[in-house]
Amino acid sequence: MTVIVDYDAGNIRSVENALSRLGCEYVLSADKAVIEAADRVILPGVGNAAEAMASLSAKGLVPVIRGLRKPVLGICVGMQLMCRHCEEGDVDGIGIFDCDVRKFTAAPDAKVPHMGWNAIGNLDGKLFKGMNGGSYVYFVHSYYAGLCSDTAATCRHGNTLFSASLRYENFYGTQFHPEKSGEAGALVLKNFLGR
Amino acid sequence: MVAKRIIPCLDVKDGAVVKGINFEGLREVGDAVKMGVEYSRQGADELVYLDISASREERSTFTRLVEQIALGIDIPFTVGGGIGSLEDASRLLDSGADKISVNSAAVAHPELISDIASRYGSQFVVCAIDAKCIDGVWRVTTHGGSRLTDRELFSWAREAQERGAGEILFTSMDHDGTRNGYACPQYRRLASELDIPVIASGGAGSIGDIAEVLTEGCADAALAASIFHYGQIRIPVLKGELLRRGITVRI
Repeated sequence: MTVIVDYDAGNIRSVENALSRLGCEYVLSADKAVIEAADRVILPGVGNAAEAMASLSAKGLVPVIRGLRKPVLGICVGMQLMCRHCEEGDVDGIGIFDCDVRKFTAAPDAKVPHMGWNAIGNLDGKLFKGMNGGSYVYFVHSYYAGLCSDTAATCRHGNTLFSASLRYENFYGTQFHPEKSGEAGALVLKNFLGR
Repeated sequence: MVAKRIIPCLDVKDGAVVKGINFEGLREVGDAVKMGVEYSRQGADELVYLDISASREERSTFTRLVEQIALGIDIPFTVGGGIGSLEDASRLLDSGADKISVNSAAVAHPELISDIASRYGSQFVVCAIDAKCIDGVWRVTTHGGSRLTDRELFSWAREAQERGAGEILFTSMDHDGTRNGYACPQYRRLASELDIPVIASGGAGSIGDIAEVLTEGCADAALAASIFHYGQIRIPVLKGELLRRGITVRI
């Protein structure tokens, strides 16, 4: 069973819909026992990182997620929370990925938020199995994780090269929204789900 | 680099797409979900669904339709038409819409933009503006272009941005339906005066028109309806030609 962590982190309907389209059964839960018993865990997230982290902490889920040894996928703010620190609200993250999350600097060729379809490259690991570099995926975010040893895909916004995806042991993260990224996104989700 | 976006727009009334379509391999005219899936398959980057219903009963039909669209398509979509309150926006968000567009109600009550943006984020709020040029001034209109207001396009667009709108969707009523090209100078000016993305709408008649507004007009996205619905321009052909002209698009 796949569990979507339910922690008041904004609209997660689109993640649910994507799993339904792929024929994947899932449950929404914030229960430690349910999350620990899952085959796979998805940590979604839309909105403010500090508020999302506070909500995750209030439910006692930070050590639970950190201790998981099964595949975990953080999406967008969900991925950011798995980093060391988020500039948005100056909050410490779960600390799985070895990088910090900072705000983009706006420029004429790099509007903030970074919103829309952008190409990803330097693809590494099982999430991107069968995908070619240069594939386009859908982003909506104002903060980014820099490049680090856990970077599993890169993307460029203006002059900034950032981590479109991160990976460490059983933990995966995508800054983009696979649930809104057409066929490319469906492939990423299928790879995560082992389908 | 973020790709320029191609956005088909679908008008929906009482749960069905109103304008006819002429897709190859798809004869079922009027099914909003199937049309969305087909456009997505062809390479549309986003979809806009506009509810042109008049009554409350039809609006609840539209809400249920949004749920089906959200379940059926895997690219972002915006819904608009008759959104007059934070509650309307919440209902559509809960149904699965990625963005909502506000128009007439925002002109009457600009705080609507701030209310929705502060609750759900700027990325959720598109400010649609319909305007026409009268004596050299671009005047904002409401209710589908039927009511002239005292507001001016560029100052209203700036105010919408300041209030938290994440994108501006400007339709030139002087160009809409003409198929003679977009209002390029106005998009160029909007792009230079705003920090948020600008979506061009109204006037698309050819691939060249779309290429022009994405380059000379500096628009971030081009929206069109009839040229796509009637099969006059197919999206794969359009995107291939835009790419050939050096415009970054998602293929």
